[in-house]
Amino acid sequence: MISYRLRRKLLNLLMTLGMLTATLLVLTPLGLIFFHILKMGFSSINLDFFTQIPKPPGEAGGGMANGIVGSGLLIATASLIGLPLGIFGAVYLSEYGSSRFSSLIRFSADVLSGIPSIITGMVVYGLLVVPMKGFSALAGALALALIMLPIVLRTTEEQLKMVPMTLREASLALGVPLWRTTLKVTLKSALKGIITGVLLAVARVAGETAPLLFTALGNMFWSHKLNEPIAALPLQIFNFAISPYDDWHRLAWGGALVLVTLMFTLSLLARWFGRTR
Amino acid sequence: MSEATTDAKIRLDRLNVHFGANHAVKEVTMAMASNSVTAIIGPSGCGKSTVLRSINRMHDLTPGARVNGSVLLDGEDIYRKECDPVTMRRRVGMVFQKPNPFPAMSIYDNVIAGYRLNGRGRRSEMDALVEQCLQRVSLWDEVKERLHVNAMQLSGGQQQRLCIARTIAVMPEVILMDEPCSALDPISTLKVEELIDELKEKYTIVIVTHNMQQAARVSDTTAFFYLGELIEMGDTKKIFTNPEKRQTEDYITGRFG
Repeated sequence: MISYRLRRKLLNLLMTLGMLTATLLVLTPLGLIFFHILKMGFSSINLDFFTQIPKPPGEAGGGMANGIVGSGLLIATASLIGLPLGIFGAVYLSEYGSSRFSSLIRFSADVLSGIPSIITGMVVYGLLVVPMKGFSALAGALALALIMLPIVLRTTEEQLKMVPMTLREASLALGVPLWRTTLKVTLKSALKGIITGVLLAVARVAGETAPLLFTALGNMFWSHKLNEPIAALPLQIFNFAISPYDDWHRLAWGGALVLVTLMFTLSLLARWFGRTR
Repeated sequence: MSEATTDAKIRLDRLNVHFGANHAVKEVTMAMASNSVTAIIGPSGCGKSTVLRSINRMHDLTPGARVNGSVLLDGEDIYRKECDPVTMRRRVGMVFQKPNPFPAMSIYDNVIAGYRLNGRGRRSEMDALVEQCLQRVSLWDEVKERLHVNAMQLSGGQQQRLCIARTIAVMPEVILMDEPCSALDPISTLKVEELIDELKEKYTIVIVTHNMQQAARVSDTTAFFYLGELIEMGDTKKIFTNPEKRQTEDYITGRFG
């Protein structure tokens, strides 16, 4: 009897330890990445980093202000294109669409989200960069929007589907038209989840580099025009990291730290919005 | 029956409802007099909710649902082409099985939700209407101090009375109730039943219920459904004491169902 109890307790301890180890192993890469970036990048973070543009190679100092602003502009423009399309598309799928056409759209969105982001960049290159005869922020934003679209579409649709049918019926039974019911009741009830999905989509594209290579191209100087090449934080990190200059490497580490912090914040925000009441 | 048909508020004429291959309601013809309470009873799956929901075209949204026959509201078919379901539904309100206040809205906003659509919405008018509707469902005293808190903080029974207040705020002529008390405790049920009795002075009420005592208590006329067909309809007292059909008697005496 005692030996059975002992065996049970021992096995329990063993399993608990096993699972603890697995958890730690999963967390290790995240910790390694975070601490390494913190260690390498922290010294580059100062006021100049956020206010100056990069200095020419050989000169110390400078910052990535143009990359940060550029990334902000790209993400804002991409959201302007991608969010309405994604959200209204999801409303169509969940509230209005016929089943066969809807499943076609759903399937297309799934395929779209599976396409490697560099391919998206190439397509936008052919679609926008070639006819416009030049790289541009607009092309970069479009590429990012194409990556956001399926994420926003599917998460919004899932959230709308979770709104109980009886709420829509309650509204319709009051003589509220379907469009207004959708706007004031269905979307409003699902708002939290939709915001979470949007934040995750933004976090996803904030770090995208590949689709910007042939579209936004990057820029060593200030630019805020949509029809000109623009700097972006991930692009700058990429370009500086592969350069042979130590000063630029330092900037790249700083950029990586800023980017990781940004994504961390976005994920936290998403969790905060998505928390259950 | 002939008296009832002359001043009928609602008349169903050979109503059939299909969900895909399922023939849920078969050739139902019946009439509901204005300012009366009609109870629809029958075992689960007999089509009673389906009949109720066809009176304000709730099936419009269900994929695969087909409605044939006609539903006359004051003599006009609500399924005719020119009829706008949105304006029609303002005349035919509905209270659902599970209390379903809008979760993202306050108590006040819930009551006023349907009314706001008509565009006319002066603050003082809305305040008066909210008070009047909440008084009517005797919820006012319980919530007047916290009109602007989220409606989900109310108890189930309060929520259901709020839903009734919300329904009468659009000033309908007919109120459809789909098992309005099945999620409520006995005390809340009693309150809602008393309310139904008061509301019938102004409204025509059709109530679906599983609870035969409730049907006997609140209704003037009772209709018994079985397997999608209207088996028997008549004066509530008569249905419960001296039904004509064997199936009705078996059901109300609890021999099946």
